[in-house]
Amino acid sequence: MSRLEILKTYKIYIGGKFPRTESGRFYTPKNGTTPLGNICLSSRKDFRNAVVAARGAFDGWSGATAYNRSQVLYRIAEMLEGRKAQFMDELMQQGSTKGAAEKEVHASIDRIIYYAGWCDKYTQLFSAVNPVATSHFNFTVPEPTGVVSVFAPEENSLIGLISTIIPVIASGNTCVVLASENKPLCAITFAEVINSSDVPGGVINILTGTRKELHSHMASHMDVNALFYTGNDKKEILEIKKLAVDNLKRVVVKDFVTIYSAEHDSPYYIEDFVEMKTTWHPIEKIGAAGSGY
Amino acid sequence: MLPTLLFSLNLEFNFFRMIKKTTVYLNNPSPSVDQVGIIDRIDRITSRSIKDETKLQGLKLALNMVDLTTLEGADTENKVRQLCNKAQHLHDAYPGLPTVAAVCVYPNFVKTAKQCLQGSGINVASVATAFPSGQSSLEVKLLDVKIATDAGAEEIDMVISRGKFHEGEYNFVFDEIATIKEACGKSRLKVILETGELGSFDKVRKASDIAIEAGADFIKTSTGKISPAATLPVTLVMLEAIKDHYYRTGIQVGMKPAGGISNSKLALQYLLLVKETLGKDWLTNQWFRFGASSLANDLLMQIVKQQTGVYQSKDYFSKD
Repeated sequence: MSRLEILKTYKIYIGGKFPRTESGRFYTPKNGTTPLGNICLSSRKDFRNAVVAARGAFDGWSGATAYNRSQVLYRIAEMLEGRKAQFMDELMQQGSTKGAAEKEVHASIDRIIYYAGWCDKYTQLFSAVNPVATSHFNFTVPEPTGVVSVFAPEENSLIGLISTIIPVIASGNTCVVLASENKPLCAITFAEVINSSDVPGGVINILTGTRKELHSHMASHMDVNALFYTGNDKKEILEIKKLAVDNLKRVVVKDFVTIYSAEHDSPYYIEDFVEMKTTWHPIEKIGAAGSGY
Repeated sequence: MLPTLLFSLNLEFNFFRMIKKTTVYLNNPSPSVDQVGIIDRIDRITSRSIKDETKLQGLKLALNMVDLTTLEGADTENKVRQLCNKAQHLHDAYPGLPTVAAVCVYPNFVKTAKQCLQGSGINVASVATAFPSGQSSLEVKLLDVKIATDAGAEEIDMVISRGKFHEGEYNFVFDEIATIKEACGKSRLKVILETGELGSFDKVRKASDIAIEAGADFIKTSTGKISPAATLPVTLVMLEAIKDHYYRTGIQVGMKPAGGISNSKLALQYLLLVKETLGKDWLTNQWFRFGASSLANDLLMQIVKQQTGVYQSKDYFSKD
């Protein structure tokens, strides 16, 4: 007996829940002629809701201990390991060979483990005690920037997604991600992984849809503090940079062509989304006793 | 069948006659509320969407209806001053914004608020009558009102005695409101029913009718100290009471939902509900208010969003 295939409807991920887009719209990306699934075509209101969720989650996530964040990231990697087969299957649906799919999933898991290790170490690396000419103890420490808009790479839809969001949240930022437009399956399945690990709702919010429709809102929203753009659309980058000026968003643009290379395992991806805070702490000098600390 | 029917009609007839002798307000006994109908009506209101020009008008109107409120144990003179300043300078970066309708404080801060708001056209409202529980003697409640009115409060927000109401002492509740109304003098009286403690729509309707008949200028849902506070269904029940009273007497009574209204979308839905239940005569801060503290900022952010097209952040608006 022949049966009618059920095409999965992939929902978006906002604030730890899986709503449909408020607009009710969807699109059906294809690999050749094979439809991949019904994917939400997110609207600017979905983005707005996601920012509200990300803002709400920021205090809790940035206030958690670095050690705890590290454990949570490690947990994501564990959960991903357990669902390897599904991710490989989806990557192959989207056109990868079996070998390439396996390589991508393995590299993704390893990369999460890599950044999990950095959570409680990057601060030491980027902090400094600065020499000053007055009687002050002067030191600099990095703090998370806030809510970050992330444009995940269009190609390498799984490792690209991982490489853009994990270093962003490692320091305590929360983010709203726009997944790959034509290869969005892994992004939503990854949301299912996040949802069953210990990541608090709202820390990672994942939207599907088009860059064309959403990029200006992702760049202009006043409650977004930084933006991570991947790709090389010159016109789009220029527009984003202009719109980001209004509230002085930190804008980082990267062209992720060498996604597997070791240069992408780097704490400097964490440093891209932290703010350096310098503190001048008065110290008392009694006679010639030297510094007080 | 027939004799039974006649008998019950007869009973009812006698019942009304009996009541009529003792109290005024039960002349028109409260009708029972169609709960399913109310919920259904609200579902239709909330599934609608207001856009563009209309939305902007609605947001500005809602802003002009806000009673900016601080009713915390931790309130200080300076907190009240700060709130009054906020009331007068909502967001100076955008000129042409309306002000809020009133600032609502405890009686001991009325004097401070009056000083700060002098000449601004913004009223000072004060809660009174042993707010929020209302568990005190009439003497204490009257003194509370006197302190507030003597200090210059233009509006008094009183609470009804919910305990007495549940005991069925409707006359007590009625008399108390009437006495307080008298004590208010020229100040307008808002009567808080604290619907979260009443239990059913029928009781909300009953309490609304009592308050209206006893002379309330406004009926108000909640103190904000009890959850649930204001909801759309409860507001609709109260609006219906106001409507019936208006049809009967031609006298307008105001409505103030308070507590839990923190976003613009919800505020606009309230406006829709008022417009379609009572008509546009009520769409002014003379007859409709929002009791809220965080709503004002959300309205401001939405207004700026409408004007600039850019989603806003709390970081760029004064707290209170």
